[in-house]
Amino acid sequence: MTTFDFLMQGMLVAAQPMNLFYALIGVTLGTAVGVLPGIGPALTVALLLPVTYRLDPGGSLIMFAGIYYGGMYGGSTTSILLNTPGESASIVTALEGNKMARKGRGGPALATAAIGSFVAGLIATLGLAFIAPFVVKLALVFGPREYFALMVLAFVTVSSAFGDSTLRGLTSLFIGFALAIIGIDQLTGQARMSFGIPDLLDGIEVTTLAVAMFAIGESLYIAAQGDQGPDKVEAVKGSVWMTGQDWARSWKAWLRGTAIGFPIGAMPAGGAEIGTFLSYAAEKRLSKHPEEFGHGAIEGVAGPEAANNASAAGTLVPLLTLGLPTTATAAIMLAGFQQYGLQPGPLLFATNPQLVWGLIASLLIANFMLLVLNLPLVGLWVKLLTIPKPWLYAGILLFATLGTIGANPSVFELGMLLAFGVLGYAMRIFGYPIAPVVVGLILGPLAEQQLRRALAISQGDVTVLFTSPVAAVLLVIAAAALIVPLILRARGRGQVLSQLAANED
Amino acid sequence: MKQFFLASILAGALALPAVAADYTIIAPANPGGGWDQTARSIQSVMQAEGISGNVQVQNVPGAGGTIGLAQFASQSAGNANALIVGGYVMVGAILTNKSPVSLNDVTPIARLTGEYEAIVVPADSPLKSMGDLVEALKKDPGAVSWGGGSAGGTDHIAVGLIAKAAGVDPTKINYIAFSGGGEALAAILGSQVTAGISGYGEFESQIKAGTLRLLAMSSPERLPGIDAPTIKEGGLDVVVENWRMVAAAPGLTDEQKAAVSADIEKLAKSAGWQETLKTKGWTDTYLAGDAFKAQLAKDVSATEAVLKDIGLVQ
Repeated sequence: MTTFDFLMQGMLVAAQPMNLFYALIGVTLGTAVGVLPGIGPALTVALLLPVTYRLDPGGSLIMFAGIYYGGMYGGSTTSILLNTPGESASIVTALEGNKMARKGRGGPALATAAIGSFVAGLIATLGLAFIAPFVVKLALVFGPREYFALMVLAFVTVSSAFGDSTLRGLTSLFIGFALAIIGIDQLTGQARMSFGIPDLLDGIEVTTLAVAMFAIGESLYIAAQGDQGPDKVEAVKGSVWMTGQDWARSWKAWLRGTAIGFPIGAMPAGGAEIGTFLSYAAEKRLSKHPEEFGHGAIEGVAGPEAANNASAAGTLVPLLTLGLPTTATAAIMLAGFQQYGLQPGPLLFATNPQLVWGLIASLLIANFMLLVLNLPLVGLWVKLLTIPKPWLYAGILLFATLGTIGANPSVFELGMLLAFGVLGYAMRIFGYPIAPVVVGLILGPLAEQQLRRALAISQGDVTVLFTSPVAAVLLVIAAAALIVPLILRARGRGQVLSQLAANED
Repeated sequence: MKQFFLASILAGALALPAVAADYTIIAPANPGGGWDQTARSIQSVMQAEGISGNVQVQNVPGAGGTIGLAQFASQSAGNANALIVGGYVMVGAILTNKSPVSLNDVTPIARLTGEYEAIVVPADSPLKSMGDLVEALKKDPGAVSWGGGSAGGTDHIAVGLIAKAAGVDPTKINYIAFSGGGEALAAILGSQVTAGISGYGEFESQIKAGTLRLLAMSSPERLPGIDAPTIKEGGLDVVVENWRMVAAAPGLTDEQKAAVSADIEKLAKSAGWQETLKTKGWTDTYLAGDAFKAQLAKDVSATEAVLKDIGLVQ
């Protein structure tokens, strides 16, 4: 049988009414748990995986695929409506999505996130089916020095999330770097800046910081403004649905987000967040309406959300072809596969085609279910914004706390949540952007470790950083992204550029 | 709103302590890792075999398991229903992190599973045997980069022991720590490092597919179904086993200790557990009582010595 036959056979199994029902349950559960701030897809899958054990392999795989995609998607809803990302891959979504929601355009923002996730999931799952072996070869070319070059590129592009003041953006970024130093150094096993406190040995959890900065900080900020806050939120202005112009601006962003997210998700040391950062930066540069960035540009939601979901499918590439679980979520899935005697690895497609194609077909069905479930709910979700503010933000505080306790039942963790919440509040008052802090915490350690690994392998020879073709190309792109705006400014177009630089908060 | 209700119910279930649990097992790691999988396997087998009606697993991640261990030792004293999963990695982590709580502060019950270390090179590597690798190491220790799991972990310790046995200064080894076997595997496959070392399970499918060459195993004798010599056969007296165990709370009475030990023995001998070992590819290394205690003491002192040699512990 050919690839296509296998896929069609898998679709037939997955499309049986009972299996569709399992898919619906999986997607609903996954989305519901994924919505909680602090509970990312890994914990969602770990919690819900036992639910699937009681079903037959077909039904179980399908429900499982639903939980996975549902968990990946769930975070975007609270990001957009409440400015409280459920997990680190939805942070970028909050930047533009929440601005849209505050202008009464929450409906289109949710719709473009849902449809973008669907489009990205569809393309990336097909990519998984047909080009996985090639993508994985590409991913293996990436060693420490190539990753370091990729991080340099990410740092340069991240500046697009800085808002109107580079100085303030850099300040925020370096707060993130400082926090990133805390904990056991990966390469030597020695503790740094942990002051003898055992809870700090593993460093600051990204989700704790993100939930604290966004959810807690936002709640404090709103509470401090009192009843007469200038920040009047209109639940719905205009249509709940996407207009023709929204569609026209979204579809290219979806495709670009997919193209960025899928390969980065497939890289062993990639991670969904990096794809969303790069996608956001790309959209901002390519947009015909760059002045809208920071005030609710729909591309800024469409691209990163697509990248997020595409990288979810990308993660499965090394898992299925190499048996490499590159994320915590993937490691749990590996455990899930093993109960059917499915041993992911280079021989999997040859030894177990039925199950593999069944899984891929299930992912396609789950992706479709996600759209069916979420589009009709957009109208309902938007009504969340009409809940009186004291109730709404009390609820956010409750869920943020529950999510953090659920992920790590520790008093110290709760203390950090509050402390960073206060920091987030202070930064809001003084006009410092929030996102770069979280970005620094994510990218800082990655860059540091990869640079040190590269230098350790070369025994201290710095030239290795530039002699790999892939690394060299990435560094040249990064240099261009840094220098070209300077040249443009020097040629007298600075006026335009400074107008384009958008205000984030 | 329906989803929010669902979410709040689920969250409530998460946050409430397990009221009716017969056993609560602490997995001192994030979901997905080896300890987490061990804890969740114990959970499902205990329930399926009727050893315990209700088992809860709680993840307390951090610092090689020492965070979970410290929490367990302080909060569960005298509680016969509390268990914690741990293993060899914890022995090293307690030393490198200068953890105030050690395995002496809990009640180790039994070793359950174990895995031996595999030493591999990419298929196109010029190194054909363990002898070649040791030669290269002796010639220039810095030029041989080893890819493996976290610093001070089992993989790192094994490399230190190999260097020491080969007469190479262990502080000179060029060990590249990755966050886990997965990330290390990618670097090995991409020929970014000279050799790789990790549990056999991490490399198994690649070895079978012929993309990695297995040079040696860290087992005391050759293992059935694995076509490779032991490190010992090459003249280096190195045996490393990455074992996982289950421990009970400190301060138990002898009766309580006996009851827990009986339940764990029932678990280890059950058909369901044997089935789980087979699907997960774990080796049954069940060892309890005084024999386990003696083995543990031996491992702790050997580990302390090699970590000092590598320079990770002063």
